Amino acid sequence: MAVNLDMSQFHEIFFEESREGLEAMESGLLNLNVGVPDPEVVNIVFRAAHSIKGAAGTFGFTNISRFTHVLESILDEVRSRKRGVTQELVDVLLQSVDGLRYMLDCAKAGAQVDENRIAAIQESLENLPVEQQPKPAGWQIHFIPRPHLLQTGNDPYRLFRELKALGNLFITPDFSRLPGIDKKEFDPENCYLGWDLLLQSDAGIEQIREIFAWVEGDCDLDINLSGERRQLVERRRRRDDESADALLESGRGQEQASIRVNIDKIDTLINLMGELVISQSILNHAVTDHDHDHDQTGRLKEIVELLEKNTWELQEQAMRIRMQSIDFTFQRLPRLVRDLCRSLGKQADLEISGGTTEVDKTVLEKINDPLVHLIRNAVDHGIETPGERKAGGKAESGLVEISAAQEGGNIIIKIKDDGAGLDTGKILAKAREKGLITGAEELSMSQIHNLIFLPGFSTVSKVSDVSGRGVGMDVVKRNINDLGGSIELVSEQGKGSAFTIKLPLTLAIMDGQLIRVGKEILIVPVLAIVESTQVKKQLLSAVAGKTEVYRFRDEYIPLMRLDNVYGLSSDLKDITDGLLIIVETGQQRMGLLADEILSQQQVVIKSLEANFQQVSGLAGATVLGDGTVAMIIDVPGLIRHCKGITAAHTAGNTALLPGIHT
Amino acid sequence: MNTTTAAKDTLREQDAGTSQYLTFFLAGEEYGVNILKVKEIRGWEQPTLLPNTADYVLGVINLRGMVVPVMDLRKRFGMAEIELGKMAVIIVVKVTHSGRGRTIGMVVDAVSEVYNINDEMIMPSPDLGSTISDEYVKGLATIQEKMIILLDIDYLINEGMLKDAGNSQE
Repeated sequence: MAVNLDMSQFHEIFFEESREGLEAMESGLLNLNVGVPDPEVVNIVFRAAHSIKGAAGTFGFTNISRFTHVLESILDEVRSRKRGVTQELVDVLLQSVDGLRYMLDCAKAGAQVDENRIAAIQESLENLPVEQQPKPAGWQIHFIPRPHLLQTGNDPYRLFRELKALGNLFITPDFSRLPGIDKKEFDPENCYLGWDLLLQSDAGIEQIREIFAWVEGDCDLDINLSGERRQLVERRRRRDDESADALLESGRGQEQASIRVNIDKIDTLINLMGELVISQSILNHAVTDHDHDHDQTGRLKEIVELLEKNTWELQEQAMRIRMQSIDFTFQRLPRLVRDLCRSLGKQADLEISGGTTEVDKTVLEKINDPLVHLIRNAVDHGIETPGERKAGGKAESGLVEISAAQEGGNIIIKIKDDGAGLDTGKILAKAREKGLITGAEELSMSQIHNLIFLPGFSTVSKVSDVSGRGVGMDVVKRNINDLGGSIELVSEQGKGSAFTIKLPLTLAIMDGQLIRVGKEILIVPVLAIVESTQVKKQLLSAVAGKTEVYRFRDEYIPLMRLDNVYGLSSDLKDITDGLLIIVETGQQRMGLLADEILSQQQVVIKSLEANFQQVSGLAGATVLGDGTVAMIIDVPGLIRHCKGITAAHTAGNTALLPGIHT
Repeated sequence: MNTTTAAKDTLREQDAGTSQYLTFFLAGEEYGVNILKVKEIRGWEQPTLLPNTADYVLGVINLRGMVVPVMDLRKRFGMAEIELGKMAVIIVVKVTHSGRGRTIGMVVDAVSEVYNINDEMIMPSPDLGSTISDEYVKGLATIQEKMIILLDIDYLINEGMLKDAGNSQE
């Protein structure tokens, strides 16, 4: 039993490492140029496959190791240039990565692998026609020996002979540095010549460098890819310099740069840090109260201040452990764009920037789906077909850009395409058809654009394989709102659309507004608050005798009595004694009725799920300065809940639906 | 997924042939839980109310930065309620739930003793009828002429509490 236990622990590591290996393989394959593969990238892919094979064998996952073996031998042929890189090869290799991922998932879940699926991939792997590596245009070598080269016993002719052994060699001498023979400075024992060499060979740069190894210090040597080969490589370099660097980084330097730590350990550390901060503030309080004019008190205060500074810093650093670069999510997108383009017959490049921006792990996990959806939309609905683009005077290949950057306590993600932009006419027609608007309203451009975020909206008449599977922009928006973020849209017909997503850097800390209802203290996220106001009775009315609405600046917003929502007993004698906190997510507003508004403070969010389960209406809890627990109100959740009620009571009365008024 | 604790239990039982149980009182009856599940014992403090949950969920307390739910065992077992006062105690236990540890507080009337109980001393419980579902009872043991009801705390908390504790108003 003990042995089994240990093995299963290692299995976890194996799965984790294999998953990383697969990601490295996938992004490597996407960076692989058809015809002229970068040997470094081929190596990364090969190494990843090799270690998965080895580890799978060790842990007894024979099906995985057998499959990877086939994959590995093909990669080995590519590596040793016995096999050229074709589009077909890349496609099949990508399929194999998917196959491997599937087998790993099955192994992890203890499920049965669908052997047919794997056999099919394996068959197409084995049946790949061997395309010879096309003869590369070759290497351009610029070789200018120092004048004293001949005196060191080296002879350029010998070098050329060795180069010639690698392939066809064309030699062009460069006389430009030759002084006139009649000149005094001419020394017959010096070498004044230089050579431009063109070597047609599939030899690697290392082989060439080796030939020049003896003269390296005695010459100017410049070795470049020549002709088409160079252009291709340079184009690729320019385009994804950043991602290629990141790829190499992840292939090489990961072991030294990071260690694997269980997330629970980090969370425990962060919890304890939070506690330390609380103890610190209690200590501060005690020392400040202790205000005797003792010499020692002054000294004590200094120490406590120092401790405070250190504590805050420590907490900040502890929080940063949870941060990961957003590249983890971005990495998967090139594959997505590539596959989409192929299935839709479109052409589009994806440009990624700011991949190193760091975000909290939880945010990272939850932002993946919305991003994938937005990228899908950009390619599916945004980018036009090559023909349409040409007719519209654009380059045939579209461009989708995604970027991330940190701005204060937020991370800004922008997704931009140079496609068709939103068709306002179509949107309006659709919204009327679906009864989302009555047709009488005068809507501004941005209001029309924002209609796409309403539930049940999708302009595509036929549901394609790609987007429009019933999950619409409303879900994207809701996911982002749930993370405490927002999404904005700018679009120009014919020019393209741009989405800007704003997210908090971390979900672990937020600014909270403390409010009181009866004896309980609740916390409203400050980000969600529009304003707080005294309740005026004349602005209050009821709908269907049940739901209360409040007129807030020409807009009716639902009013929620927090004591009812949370089953507390408020000590308000009259509603006008209470305070109304107007909150919003996205475009929907709501008023929360509280007894009293207290202070604002930064709170550390603790999940209720960790030891219990999610509780409706609550986003979590936090520990206040005095050590007691207070609940954090889930504003998006409450708004959704209350919208349900309002919709039920005012069926047919679209004027009350929030979202149209703002 | 409970292998770690299970393995520990097995080892312990093999070593001494016995397990240690912490016992506590509920309405005059003595109950026992395996001491390896117990993290700590705390004095009574008023938990913060947790809305929209079952009535036996009293709320949550702050356990060194961790938010821990507190369950009222009397209420859960349908016993007469008493005013929770100075004598009441919160036993904090750690159970495993779908591979993850969960820390939970249980309010009991008072803590009693720690007993070594040999597996052979544990008798299967008879049909207990209405109050406590006998699934939650591991067995009965007799110590110094007293009967002790040994609880299967993992099962009680996972199946008997967490499953139907939330969102009772929805």
